[in-house]
Amino acid sequence: MKQSKMAKIEKKKFRNTLYAVLAFAFFIFSMLQLNIVPERLIQSADRLAYVFGGMFPPVLNEPLDVFGAAVESIQVAILGTIIGVIVSFVLAVFAARNLAPSKTLSFAIKSFAGFVRAVPALIWALLFIVAVGLGPTPGILALAINSIGMLVKVYAEALEEIDMGVVEALESAGASKLHVIMQGVIPSMLSAFIAWSLFRLDVNIRYSAILGVVGAGGIGWELVKAAQMSRYDEALMVTMVIFLMVMSAEVISEFMKKRANSATAQAVK
Amino acid sequence: MGETIVDIHNLNKTYPDGTVALKNISMKAEKGEFIVIIGPSGAGKSTFLRSINRLSEPTSGEILFMGKDIVKAGKKELRTLRRNIGMIFQGFNLVKRLPTVRNVLHGKLGYMSSLKGAFGLFDQDQVEEALGILKRVGLEEQAFKRADELSGGQQQRVAIARAINQSPQLILADEPIASLDPNSSRVVMDYLKKACREEGFTTFVNLHQVDFAKEYADRIIGIKDGEIYFDGSGDDLTDEVIEALYSKEKEAVAG
Ligand SMILES: Nc1ncnc2c1ncn2[C@@H]1O[C@H](COP(=O)(O)OP(=O)(O)OP(=O)(O)O)[C@@H](O)[C@H]1O
Ligand SMILES: [Mg+2]
Repeated sequence: MKQSKMAKIEKKKFRNTLYAVLAFAFFIFSMLQLNIVPERLIQSADRLAYVFGGMFPPVLNEPLDVFGAAVESIQVAILGTIIGVIVSFVLAVFAARNLAPSKTLSFAIKSFAGFVRAVPALIWALLFIVAVGLGPTPGILALAINSIGMLVKVYAEALEEIDMGVVEALESAGASKLHVIMQGVIPSMLSAFIAWSLFRLDVNIRYSAILGVVGAGGIGWELVKAAQMSRYDEALMVTMVIFLMVMSAEVISEFMKKRANSATAQAVK
Repeated sequence: MGETIVDIHNLNKTYPDGTVALKNISMKAEKGEFIVIIGPSGAGKSTFLRSINRLSEPTSGEILFMGKDIVKAGKKELRTLRRNIGMIFQGFNLVKRLPTVRNVLHGKLGYMSSLKGAFGLFDQDQVEEALGILKRVGLEEQAFKRADELSGGQQQRVAIARAINQSPQLILADEPIASLDPNSSRVVMDYLKKACREEGFTTFVNLHQVDFAKEYADRIIGIKDGEIYFDGSGDDLTDEVIEALYSKEKEAVAG
């Protein structure tokens, strides 16, 4: 018994060493293959210092453009979230195992959401830019569909946790399917619904700042412009605006979450 | 008395897994009767009640109610029939985070259009009616509290109010007092019986407690192994009958 255990531990040790060696070899190989050699790294440090030097002090050359772009980013995020929330909820009702009219449909919607989730928002933005052209529209669509991937899953899980007794009670009183969902199901999962929707708004505001980089509207484009013209001072300013935007979004959504909780606690008095 | 409200013929229910829960049940209930159903665990009492409003689909048989066969009713017709049948559950099944009065108003959903009902656009008369019913079950003070702030006994009275608000011809109560203490149990049974008298609806109540059954029932039905084993008044339900009803001897199916 003991001996075989020892042998097992020995074997494991050997295997771990082997993995470590292989991983290190792969690291070196990648560095060489990607041409990341020490002298380049040192050079890049010089260059980085130059860029940093160019950043200070940050300046705002076209304040209207930058703030306009920031507002557009927020609009893209909000619209994308609203569309995403509505579509996701409807899909989730048909995806939740306890409410779905058929198992096949539930499975199909969940797989669809899984696929959508697996594709990053930037890729969706690029796809929609090809489909509808540059501007905020592809950004909104990309965020909406990216939200759907996640929200269908979490909404369906919240729906699957509700007390089915409520559904039975309303159905047995002659309520229609729509009545049951609006009057019984939604109030039962409202806090989860609000929490996830606000969380997603937060995520979407972060994404919307980046989407501009590929031309899907918003402040990201200002960053690309400044960088391309080597105006690092402007780039830093835009970055600071993005930072402010994301921070305030987080504060606001946290505040709304608290308010929603106390509001539902007092119920629809 | 005299008018038949429900007329059940050869009702059968076999679950998809092969469990035979109801075997050829036939019975009639008259207007205003307060019927208590007793029987051992697994006898089929819940299945019987839930088959009547088709929360559980009967395998075969006929349930005549308001001149229609519930078993054959289409989707829309079933909704119309169901709004005339109130149901009360062991677990109360209220929407916990909604105010009490809103839960009572839910009894009216069967009478409302899709949109009005969906958005809870109850009119003033409906709200007043609901408040009036809450008063009748002694809960006017709790009308605007969240349902889950009430005690179990109070929640069950809200459920009774919701059922009354349907203006039903029939009420099905599946072990309404099984999760309540003896005092609240008595209060809930009193209100249920009182409502049955005042409103004139027929009531089916599943109970585990034989003493409660004898005390409250106009008529007692004993179910054993999916069949009606006893049907009579509380006086006819002798100790020997009770013992035979609950004895496990002939239960070849169980386990
Ligand atoms: N969903 C189901 N699927 C399969 N079998 C079921 C299902 N529900 C109930 N049964 C079986 O049907 C039979 C009758 O069950 P039912 O719940 O009607 O009994 P009951 O008399 O209400 O019992 P209790 O007093 O314990 O509530 C039992 O054998 C039970 O195991
Ligand atoms: Mg039961």
